[in-house]
Amino acid sequence: MYTLIYTCGLGLLCLVAEILNLRKLLIPVILAGLAAIFFVNYMDWQMAGPVILGGIDMSHMLQVDHFAVAFNAILIGAAALLFTLSGNFYKDEPQHLSDYLAILIFILCGAMVLTSFTSLVMLFLGIEIVSISLYIMAGSRKFDIRSNEAGFKYFLMGSFASAILLFGIALIYGSAGSFELPKIAAYAAASGMANPMFLVGSLLMVVALLFKVAAVPFHFWSPDVYEGSPSLVTTMMATLVKISFFAAFYKLMSGGLLGIDGYTSDILVLVAAATMIIGNLVALTQDNFKRLLAYSGISHAGYMLLAILSIKTNSSSALFFYGASYMLATIGAFAVAIPVFNATGKETIDAFDGLGRKKPMLAGLLTMSMLSLAGIPPLAGFLGKYYIFSEAIKNGYVVLTVLAVLASIVGVYYYFKVILAMYTKHGDESDVRPTMLYTLVMLICVGLSLLLGVWPGGLMGII
Amino acid sequence: MMTILLLFFPLVASLAVLLGGSKLAAQLALGLAVVELAITGYAVSVFQSSGPEAFYVFHSWIESPKVSFHLGLDGLSLVMVMLTNFLIPIIILSAFKRDTPHASGYFSLILLMQFALVGVFMAMDGLLYYIFWELALIPIYFIALRWGGKDRVAITLKFFIYTLAGSLLMLFGFIMLYWYNPDHSFDIRELYRVYITDGNQSWLFWMFFLAFAIKIPIVPFHTWQADTYRESPTQGTMLLSGIMLKMGTYSLIRWLLPILPMGVNKWGPLAITLCVIGIVYASIIAIKQQNLKNLLAYSSLAHVGLIAGGIFALNIQGLQGSVVQMVAHGVNVVGLFFCADIIFNRTNTNETNELGGIRNLAPQFSTMFMVIVLGSVALPLTNGFIGEFLLLYGVYEYNTWLSVFAGLTIILGAVYMLRMYKKVMLGDAGIRVPEFPDLYWNEKLALGILVIVIIAMGVYPKPILDMAEPVLQTILHKTII
Repeated sequence: MYTLIYTCGLGLLCLVAEILNLRKLLIPVILAGLAAIFFVNYMDWQMAGPVILGGIDMSHMLQVDHFAVAFNAILIGAAALLFTLSGNFYKDEPQHLSDYLAILIFILCGAMVLTSFTSLVMLFLGIEIVSISLYIMAGSRKFDIRSNEAGFKYFLMGSFASAILLFGIALIYGSAGSFELPKIAAYAAASGMANPMFLVGSLLMVVALLFKVAAVPFHFWSPDVYEGSPSLVTTMMATLVKISFFAAFYKLMSGGLLGIDGYTSDILVLVAAATMIIGNLVALTQDNFKRLLAYSGISHAGYMLLAILSIKTNSSSALFFYGASYMLATIGAFAVAIPVFNATGKETIDAFDGLGRKKPMLAGLLTMSMLSLAGIPPLAGFLGKYYIFSEAIKNGYVVLTVLAVLASIVGVYYYFKVILAMYTKHGDESDVRPTMLYTLVMLICVGLSLLLGVWPGGLMGII
Repeated sequence: MMTILLLFFPLVASLAVLLGGSKLAAQLALGLAVVELAITGYAVSVFQSSGPEAFYVFHSWIESPKVSFHLGLDGLSLVMVMLTNFLIPIIILSAFKRDTPHASGYFSLILLMQFALVGVFMAMDGLLYYIFWELALIPIYFIALRWGGKDRVAITLKFFIYTLAGSLLMLFGFIMLYWYNPDHSFDIRELYRVYITDGNQSWLFWMFFLAFAIKIPIVPFHTWQADTYRESPTQGTMLLSGIMLKMGTYSLIRWLLPILPMGVNKWGPLAITLCVIGIVYASIIAIKQQNLKNLLAYSSLAHVGLIAGGIFALNIQGLQGSVVQMVAHGVNVVGLFFCADIIFNRTNTNETNELGGIRNLAPQFSTMFMVIVLGSVALPLTNGFIGEFLLLYGVYEYNTWLSVFAGLTIILGAVYMLRMYKKVMLGDAGIRVPEFPDLYWNEKLALGILVIVIIAMGVYPKPILDMAEPVLQTILHKTII
């Protein structure tokens, strides 16, 4: 609970820093703040229990359990990596730096609400905090027409989804008589299947969340928005935001709608299958790196839906591990890609041509990230896939798992397009010079991917 | 402790070569590979005196799923590790005087490959084994991609995705085994004990068989092979044909037979038929080949078909023969591809029509090449004879008619190998052979060692047979129902 409050405080501090003219110190202060928040979050691990603030029991709003603390921890970690990248990214518009950073911190706040909500009101607030901040950030390159388009498109589609979510919440409130997850869960188990209003409400909520995690057929916004947004915002959407939505999705399904599992799982099976197939197949034809990672993100959403389907056996650990490995690989990939984009002025895959000769280390690190995304051992992505597939098989989704295996073979092909561009083509002579901080982030991401790949015990099974 | 050293020394060596710079990379790699060979030699002596118990390593590694760092070195594994660690120095030696660009990366990847291969042969835990199996794919892919021929990009990608597809099916099979095992673990001892119903064994068999059949390769899953062999650099081809495909045949014996005996008994006849079809098919295609490397690729396909066939014959002669032939084929095929590389190095062609008359120019080379060719066509007193004889005997015990067709491999093998030798080495000098310097010292050393091993194994194969026999008996006992 204090984690959330301190994070909000850090965001406000950023805004005040503008007045006090502390721009230069901003990033170190934020990183120190995140480290402190990480520690506060860690302290919560021991004190899982009712959330009491100022003598008032907040348990019907937020619940700080191991699930929330663990997800918060990796979200804070991802945010720290992203802020390390941000100083250099915004160096050409210093007058907006503190605004942007503050908004990025508010996204983290929203994400923390999403990991720990116990009331549908808080779920909605969390989603809106994240989404509205993202609408702004997607359009933050004011003079770039594609950034404007991305912001506007995301806003229109996103508000539509929010409306659907609210409609669903209203119907559920109407039938269960409460916003609180435990009461909804009790109602769903007792008479959820018999009440069409409740079923329709649940369906609308599921659809809205599928929209937010960019699952097929609600994925159309994602490639355009990813492509148009500034690269750093794209990274954030693809990692921190996506995983926090998945945490919320998991929490909603396991904590509230488990009683009508048989009803939602039929839909989710179809969506997961379509997401894996379409995400992977369409990715094959992409030649823009950011669109490629958008479709890769869609297909990864398909795999993570397998974890949502397996809620009966408590698959939260698998989802957690997958989320961590996916975030590390994606942030690692963008940490290489952003300097390459800057040097070549292109965001297509041929921007990477010849990188293997020019900068063997960068190429090697990007290769590792791509291999992790493709799920090749001994990188973390492999074990992530393993855990998810294993949970799905345990729950009897054998055919769906075979489909996921086949889809991930297709996935290898387009991740290798990037690797092939680096090692087999000749590029122009543009000089790629990542700053020291970028190199640091790449090394951390790849190092942790390797570490988690050979020693998953650090994250697996702690929830 | 020695097991750990045996496994991780190549990894350390790989890093050392990578950081050591390109100038002396080949020499450094060779030195380190020889050290690894020496460790292997010591391991063999320990094995002879105190048996496989000395090599047992067990640490719990991952809590959930229960994966253990379980290594073992029984007779079967030891033979494979010996083969690997014997061939790697030869392979490195063959690259001397060839001016490899980015040499430190190249030799580092070869040693990384050695690490993965040794891991595959020693892992006694399903998931650990799978990780090494996949890890072996990455160095060979990059070796072929960065140092290969002109069509390498498309061909190596096909190779990678094709074999990865098989591997993922195997992963799926392992996950199923994990859940069928009441103790939920991948440990080989438990997987050997676990009861799986007939129907489940039946489809699990295909999950594993496809992965191995692609790697070996067994017809009709071989379409990646000839192209990849041709486009890889010589050392890559040697690694692929000499050692990597033995991962598949080894895994048939180690994992498929004892874990899924009912599946093997049910589908074994189909598998052995595929193998025999592959032998005849590959031999006929080999006769038609004009390109030396293609011819060797198809001859290799025929030989490994027989190895796999002998394994599915499910008798001790077949299994014994397969182990001996794995070693023999590894030694011979590395020698053959090295000879092809020597020819290409001097003439810039591998087309047999453009060659000829080399014997007059390079007598030492032609003698050694002849011995290796004879080993490959299974002349008595060479290593190929023992293996093929036992394999054919095993197939004969299983089914007479199949053995008749499988026996064609010897006749057809002699036809295409000796014809090839005649075209390339004898007769008038070919249009691409104006001059042909005889062997350099490194080539003489490498080929000389191979020739000695070919003859020594042919005269006295007993150590290898004795080493593997107890393990094979146990596995056979589990498989026959």
